[in-house]
Amino acid sequence: MMTVKVMIPTPLRAYAGKQDHVDVAAETVGQALNSLILQHGELRRHLYQDDGRLRSFVNVYVNDDDIRYLQKEATPVKNGDTVSIVPSIAGGAGA
Amino acid sequence: MAAKTMPEQTEAGATLSKDEILRYSRHLIMPEVGMEGQLKLKRARVLMIGTGGLGAPLGLYLAAAGVGHLGLVDFDKVDFTNLQRQVTFGTSDVGRRKVEAAQERLANLNPAIEIKVFETMLTSANALELFREYDIIVDGTDNFPTRYLVNDACVLSGKINVYGSIFRFEGQASVFGAPDGPCYRCLYPEPPPPGLVPSCAEGGVLGVLPGIVGSIQAMETIKLILGSGDSLVGRLLLFDALQMKFRELKLRKNPDCPLCGEKRTITRLIDYQEFCGIRGEEAASTVSVPEITPKELKARLDRGDDLFILDVREPHEYQICQIGGHLIPLGDLPRRVSELDSSREIVAHCRSGKRSADAVAFLKQAGFKKIWNLKGGILAWSDEVDPKVPKY
Repeated sequence: MMTVKVMIPTPLRAYAGKQDHVDVAAETVGQALNSLILQHGELRRHLYQDDGRLRSFVNVYVNDDDIRYLQKEATPVKNGDTVSIVPSIAGGAGA
Repeated sequence: MAAKTMPEQTEAGATLSKDEILRYSRHLIMPEVGMEGQLKLKRARVLMIGTGGLGAPLGLYLAAAGVGHLGLVDFDKVDFTNLQRQVTFGTSDVGRRKVEAAQERLANLNPAIEIKVFETMLTSANALELFREYDIIVDGTDNFPTRYLVNDACVLSGKINVYGSIFRFEGQASVFGAPDGPCYRCLYPEPPPPGLVPSCAEGGVLGVLPGIVGSIQAMETIKLILGSGDSLVGRLLLFDALQMKFRELKLRKNPDCPLCGEKRTITRLIDYQEFCGIRGEEAASTVSVPEITPKELKARLDRGDDLFILDVREPHEYQICQIGGHLIPLGDLPRRVSELDSSREIVAHCRSGKRSADAVAFLKQAGFKKIWNLKGGILAWSDEVDPKVPKY
């Protein structure tokens, strides 16, 4: 099992006990996210659709690579990797 | 370092006056800019969508740098709450049209540039026409429908889209719409459904954050005009202000992107409100929720009616002001519904009436029958019943 850091973006920190990252043990990105959700159940509906697929306005990166161009949730992770959750945000003029 | 001399040219923007040479001397003495670069800036045509938090530093620095043709698009008026971050404006500008106040400020900073204002909302009907006479579009808007509109209009008309966005103390920046680069849809094919990304209570923003991200957008715009350095094409810059950390993620052009990919299916601008699910949401929420106005509530309370006031705001809002309600933040409601007595009449309120409408809808589904939404929330209560209650 590898230890990876999962970065929690600002809009989701309220559902992750206000933390900006969570350390998890995992071999793949999918396992890392599952582990995260086991610890913070409220994150599930923000990250996943009802059919179990990642929501399309949420991107996931391993280090600086988008998992869509790797093996998606089957992308393997190594010790010390950073898994980043990057949702779209829109604030600007009136935020 | 001596300025290079340029041959005489006859088109407008082809030379710099003595005043301009003095004004921009700190640019001219840099080899990365020089006369050639400053003339590129003078000939550049940049359209700013939004003159708010991001637009403030953006406009100021583009004007200061001598971008010769600036366009400002904003339909809004300066509000008192804007002054926490929209530093183009002053207290005396409250109530004025933003484009007018911004034009005045920027023209004072640099009278030599052309500033056109478009006091309009950007829509599918006007975007392509507005973009036509500009080369670079800078997105400083604050909502998903407009971001998708700006992106789509840029790709369809071949314009660069300098993107920046913020949320509380986190920012993003990139450059979309470059010839071989990704567009916004390559990164986010679909917007979040309304209500899923935290809003209202969890919103707010550190005022200086758009100052930083807007300045980054200005920097990228200037670099693109000069052709210097490495732009953010293909990179998503992430900024966490609290940690003071910048990170970078790789962005790729998505070969399946419906807008800029190999098999394009989007060839026209669409209805972006509908795309973002907003029309459907509005229809749903206005139809089913029973309401009570602040005056009606006050009348009933004065009569001695036994009403239970449920406040669904967040604890830090309760500290600003409250009307004696029992506080259960909206997010906690499902877990704490047992604190409510469905045999009593309940009036739910929040700040402006939106979150409490969700609460009423939820409780009705849970079987509560005697439940109303306070129309307009505590803001309307302050306006119509008790002006001593502060608005925020």
